[in-house]
Amino acid sequence: MYTGVPTVKQTAVYVYQAPVRIWHWVTALSITILAITGYLIGSPLPTLPGEASDHYLMGYIRFFHFAAAYIFIVGFLFRIYWAFVGNSYSRQLFSLPFWRRRFWSELAHELRWYAFLEKEPRKYIGHNPLAHLFMVVIITVGGLVMIVTGLALYSEQSGLGSWQDELFGWVIPFVGQSQDVRMWHHWGMWIIVVFVMLHVYTAIREDIMSRQSLISTMISGWRMFKDDRP
Amino acid sequence: MATTETFYEVMRRQGVTRRSFLKFCSLTAASLGLAPGVTGQIVQAMETKPRTPVIWLHGLECTCCSESFIRSAHPLVSDVVLSMISLDYDDTIMASAGHQAEAILDEIRTKYKGNYILAVEGNAPLNQDGMSCFIGGRPFVEQLREMATDCQAVIAWGSCASWGCVQAAHPNPTQATPIHKLIHDKPIIKVPGCPPIAEVMTGVITYMLTFDRIPELDRQGRPKMFYGQRIHDKCYRRPHFDAGQFVEDWDDEGARKGYCLYKMGCKGPTTYNACSTVRWNNGVSFPIQSGHGCIGCSEDGFWDKGGFYDHVTDTRVFGIEANADKVGIAAAGTVGAAIAAHATVSAIQRSKQKNQNNARHEENDKA
Repeated sequence: MYTGVPTVKQTAVYVYQAPVRIWHWVTALSITILAITGYLIGSPLPTLPGEASDHYLMGYIRFFHFAAAYIFIVGFLFRIYWAFVGNSYSRQLFSLPFWRRRFWSELAHELRWYAFLEKEPRKYIGHNPLAHLFMVVIITVGGLVMIVTGLALYSEQSGLGSWQDELFGWVIPFVGQSQDVRMWHHWGMWIIVVFVMLHVYTAIREDIMSRQSLISTMISGWRMFKDDRP
Repeated sequence: MATTETFYEVMRRQGVTRRSFLKFCSLTAASLGLAPGVTGQIVQAMETKPRTPVIWLHGLECTCCSESFIRSAHPLVSDVVLSMISLDYDDTIMASAGHQAEAILDEIRTKYKGNYILAVEGNAPLNQDGMSCFIGGRPFVEQLREMATDCQAVIAWGSCASWGCVQAAHPNPTQATPIHKLIHDKPIIKVPGCPPIAEVMTGVITYMLTFDRIPELDRQGRPKMFYGQRIHDKCYRRPHFDAGQFVEDWDDEGARKGYCLYKMGCKGPTTYNACSTVRWNNGVSFPIQSGHGCIGCSEDGFWDKGGFYDHVTDTRVFGIEANADKVGIAAAGTVGAAIAAHATVSAIQRSKQKNQNNARHEENDKA
């Protein structure tokens, strides 16, 4: 008998520890700044009138790009550290159950859910398989590629013998030449931009349509479930 | 062939005064970025050392390196420079020809085994059995390999010998191959540029002859003293770059005022060379000073890196040329549209399900 009173009990699990949540939002902000300033380095703003000594626009844009980049890098290194000391969910970003058959079948289920072929999604305490795959490929691998190519480009101005050059200077001849590294770094930006669009959309959509909380989880750390079914 | 003559003797024979000779030594020290005290060392070396023979081979090339080389203003004038290095073979400018000329190669190779410098201008084509470059009745690659076996070191003149340059540009029909991919057992000094700066060429060769060692090289085998920094790092228009003042169009106000050529596709930020410091034609000018962007002629594969007039250039992947910005904006737009469509369908689906649920609940209520 339907009484109008919700019969669904909400359960909650603590998933994202505070450092992971802080890292998420710091990284989100740094990626935003990096994408905007990076685009403006590739395609600078219209020319400013007056004397060169009156302005430092390109200098400031580049400064913000480098500052945000270092924040991103420090955050990335911290995140690796946290994978060792944090809870099991903090390790998802660095491990993909590639050889587990079940991972791929659940990934297919998730894809079918997005293609409107499944009535409802499954419940996951951590990332769902599709999100998991994207996080590892775009944030971990993609982030690493952007850090390595970015520091290689930075070594061009810090000069021969600088630590950026010692550690990452090899990337330039490895990829081809300086212009190639620039272009791959630029492609990387667009891949991340597209990922962010999908990430934000799916987070909002899942928050509404799935059986668990998404956005509030990255703020409070608690995963709330909307029903008791498995 | 008076190869026992010292540099100094040759210079005096050429009518160079001692005063000019000393000036030359200090200028050389300065251009190599050495301390003033080293001048004495150069003087001493030049006065006492017998000249090391240099063999100058020409493969698949356009001779612009030679043209540049003979215009070196300091160290000294061209004829002295040419005598100075005991250029024993250079088929472009030597008097002898045919078998007579080729005999010199054998002579040097046996007489100065392990003691001559092999300077190579151009590269070797490998396709069609090397037929695209034929010297003395056989493929150039054979001559190159043979002369390289007994040399002390190889200087790869210009972008052809260093990277491949235009003849190696896509699709490279003759499979023109740069020196470092052919010779593996000798030190190779790359002096890229199309052509390299005259003073850089003479600077490198003077360094090697005076100090009996090759200059310090970077990761890619280029002398650090000339290729350690980008054009951009020492460009006199750099303040306009930092300020955000660019030439937006040829002949605009910015072009007249000498603003930064970044937006016109200047490759200064990606090109390692000494143009912005040493400049060209006795320091008169260099491309950027003349109002045209750098085309990156001393960089690997610069012909295949998209337009000379774009900053964000096309990337060639799997045979498709694509521009990161165009593809990126198109992808972001497509994904955005897909998201909107998906969201709409999701909303419809959800309201349908809600209605169904409500209907089911109502039925339950009735029952």
